[in-house]
Amino acid sequence: MTVTAVRKDPEALTLTLDAEFDASPERVWQLWADPRQLERWWGPPSYPATFTVLDLRSGGRAEYYMTGPDGDTPPGYWDIIDAEPPRRLVMKDGFSNADGSPNEEMPGPGEMNVFIEPVGNGRTRMTIESIFPDAAAMEQLLAMGQEEGLTEAVGQIDAILAENAVTSGPR
Amino acid sequence: MFGALADATRRDIVRRAIDGEEGIVELAGHYPMSFAAVQKHVAILERAGLVTKQRVRRRKIVRTNVEGLRMARRLLDRFEQMWRGRIGRMTDLIATGSAAEATKEIDR
Repeated sequence: MTVTAVRKDPEALTLTLDAEFDASPERVWQLWADPRQLERWWGPPSYPATFTVLDLRSGGRAEYYMTGPDGDTPPGYWDIIDAEPPRRLVMKDGFSNADGSPNEEMPGPGEMNVFIEPVGNGRTRMTIESIFPDAAAMEQLLAMGQEEGLTEAVGQIDAILAENAVTSGPR
Repeated sequence: MFGALADATRRDIVRRAIDGEEGIVELAGHYPMSFAAVQKHVAILERAGLVTKQRVRRRKIVRTNVEGLRMARRLLDRFEQMWRGRIGRMTDLIATGSAAEATKEIDR
């Protein structure tokens, strides 16, 4: 049971999710800061991500593309607003053109805030806060990762049901 | 200004505007903030597709787009699934790393 709390505010187009890991904050930060590790979890196996730029410093930037089953390679970027390893990462998260410039035709960018804090017993809590600029942006983001919704999610249903049975109630 | 309190205000505007009988002036009367601030919140909600402004007789009233709100909720549900997938993979990566460390310890 890694995801410990989920909060959804449709009116604010915000999703907040808490997860706990059996690891130090430094180890969790590594999952974000090491491109080879990041590539192993950012996209689902059917839509893997490749990071060509990853500079997690205030004012830094990340550039990546995903590779779909049909060979499509939608690119994206992060503009790092604030980074405080291994505790805090504040960024804008958007779509780009092939040359890395922001894609003006696509919606966005959204805001993504990551908070990492130790909770004792060698465990670490990671809070993800995703704020979408509009409903259309959410749809586009989902379209990029939709394989996840179709295939991976099937395997996760049991786990999710089990989790929901235990974690209930608002945060 | 646009932190948690702002979210609460927007949530309340969306709730009130379901009946769709008030304009911005009337809505602004419910909150301890300036007309301009309320106008800004309504503009954000409008851009997000959660409310619309409609002209009824000579007034402009704010009305909640219930379908838009429903869609936002559905999309957040799907986005939650996406993050659950990501966090599952992060957990696996951490476990793999720990297992590798343990093996190294034994080898030593």
